[in-house]
Amino acid sequence: MENAFGQPQNVVVLGGSSDIARAITKKLCAARAHTVILAGRNQKLLDEAAREALDYGASKTDTVIFNAEDVTSAPGAVASAFDKAGDHVDLVIMAVGLLGDQVRDQSDVAAATRMMNVNFAWPVAALTEVRNRLVAQGRGRILVMSSVGSVRVRGSAYLYGGAKAGLDRLCQGMADSLIGTGVTLQLVRPGVVRTRMSEGLADAPFTTGVNEVADNVVKGLASGDLIIWSPPMLKYLFAVLRHLPGPVWRKVMDR
Amino acid sequence: MTRERLSGWGRTIASISEVESPTSEDDVVRELAHASGAIARGLGRSYGDAAQLSGGLVLDNRSLGGIGAIAVDGVVSVGAGVSIDELLAVTIPLGWFIPVTPGTRQVTIGGAIAADVHGKNHHRDGSLGDHVLAMRLVTPEGIFTVSPTAEPELFWATIGGMGLTGVVTTVTMRLLKIETDKVLVDTTRFSNLDDVMAAMIDGDDDYRYSVAWVDCMTKGSSMGRAILTRGEHATRRDLQSPSLVAPAPTRLRVPFNAPSGLLNPWSIRAFNEVWFRSAPRRREGEEQSLGTFFHPLDGVGDWNRLYGRRGFVQYQFAVADARAESVVRAIERLCTSGVPSFLAVLKRFGPANHGVLSFPLSGWTLALDLPVGPTALPGVLDDLDEMVIEAGGRVYLAKDSRLNPAAVRVMYPRLPEFLEIKNRIDPRHQLASDLARRLNLVGK
Repeated sequence: MENAFGQPQNVVVLGGSSDIARAITKKLCAARAHTVILAGRNQKLLDEAAREALDYGASKTDTVIFNAEDVTSAPGAVASAFDKAGDHVDLVIMAVGLLGDQVRDQSDVAAATRMMNVNFAWPVAALTEVRNRLVAQGRGRILVMSSVGSVRVRGSAYLYGGAKAGLDRLCQGMADSLIGTGVTLQLVRPGVVRTRMSEGLADAPFTTGVNEVADNVVKGLASGDLIIWSPPMLKYLFAVLRHLPGPVWRKVMDR
Repeated sequence: MTRERLSGWGRTIASISEVESPTSEDDVVRELAHASGAIARGLGRSYGDAAQLSGGLVLDNRSLGGIGAIAVDGVVSVGAGVSIDELLAVTIPLGWFIPVTPGTRQVTIGGAIAADVHGKNHHRDGSLGDHVLAMRLVTPEGIFTVSPTAEPELFWATIGGMGLTGVVTTVTMRLLKIETDKVLVDTTRFSNLDDVMAAMIDGDDDYRYSVAWVDCMTKGSSMGRAILTRGEHATRRDLQSPSLVAPAPTRLRVPFNAPSGLLNPWSIRAFNEVWFRSAPRRREGEEQSLGTFFHPLDGVGDWNRLYGRRGFVQYQFAVADARAESVVRAIERLCTSGVPSFLAVLKRFGPANHGVLSFPLSGWTLALDLPVGPTALPGVLDDLDEMVIEAGGRVYLAKDSRLNPAAVRVMYPRLPEFLEIKNRIDPRHQLASDLARRLNLVGK
């Protein structure tokens, strides 16, 4: 059960080996989380994340393997994670994502489709199953990792940004659809974060580490804000950037 | 049956439950028979998640009414869904008062039993459970009439048992004889915590009722400045024109949620300042109505909305006399952390009763209202938990919405005994609440 400060006890993390998800999980375990089910594609990384969760205070962990390129695997992965949690699930973190290689992927139909499947279709399929289960529980939270890249999609990352934009907007609607069900959905929009996924990318302005994202997420869980920006300042920056005229936008963002 | 979004008085951790409103004991029996999970709910005044069960059944017991005839010795049987407000409306004109009342009349008798509520007279008269002669209790294993002599184990597990031993339908208790509807109140203002605590140790025994309101926002030499109010029921001889009139219903309401952040360190500090300055340095024998003295919180309806969308938590702990320094340290910790807290309530407790999970223990209790929001708050309260545990004290479950399950086991060492009794009358673990699940008070 979650407490008054939005600190969950039972957590399911889809994409549990991602660096950001691991940083969030650690902080939740240091507070009240005692059961953590980590789902992802790499057993070794999931085991590492599970050990880390135990180090930080969890008393029970388990893992679930799935392949996010196969959309039909989503409901089964969610069901298996909920079964392993055993009790009501307080928080589901959706952290499945693939940054891809825009230059390579944009001319390859299969690769572009894969980007949509991993970043949009699989998460939506999984969230549908999560939604059903949490609504039946009468309570619970969903935290979806979006990206500031979804606010206005850049030409140089339109596959990732576009898929995240789809997920982000869909989730805003899903959040509204959940009003009155006892279930809430929140979106996290981090800027560039130094992780394995962003390795090799030059540091953009407002680049942060994963722990800052995790701090902002923990605060956001307590406040209940629909959109959690990290760093929070991006909210104001993008309020301006998203309305820039095209030529200026391209000049600023697609250098 | 309706699906309803329920939360406690602190307006945090809402969840959806199926709600049924039984009107008779038979209804309760029928509902419990087929529910996989159920908990009773009264007026929803517990602060956290004690009276809700997400995905399960909530029995809204407000229709379990009925107030029996009052015997010459003050013994009366009352439906568990009757509120203290409704009860007093009947009993005060007849010259009877409830032996123990919390700071609001808007609680049901059933809820008051589940939380084993205490009032300003705990140092003298104990908590409500001490005045209960018998109860009808519907459990999954049948109906019991429990009392300190019949099924005493189940009786004392139910007193303060947070509703987890079954649904109380009728309560028989002994009322207190009063001659008038007034209390004679002595008020004293103290410029720091040490002085007020010394005065309470010294003089509380001379009064039936005593409570101090402490300012947790001032630092330095006036840390914990306080206003101590103590009183006695006025007799007919004390008053020129004695009357016996029940408190009037609340007229003022807070019509909508205030913006979160209305209650911030500045506004709370300003409020505390005004409140402290407006109290007399010393005043004796002031006549106050029963409502004014006992139920200041009932002056404004839905006042919990002032805390805004995020709501608030209440933190109440008790420690033994020997560990009175814990009270000082708790207030110091709050002062220095910058976490805003409204006027805190400080009170001396008399001896504990036999309630297995009952909160009061002989010594001191401090209650704090804290708006949710400050990033430091969860950590500060976790620190206070450790301090309370170290001092051998405990935190009040009826107020809780954030304790750690491991901490509860240390604070309530009789929990295994409670679970043993509970398993006897609830072998399939049907009785549960969100609070019980969060704190792991019941088997899965």
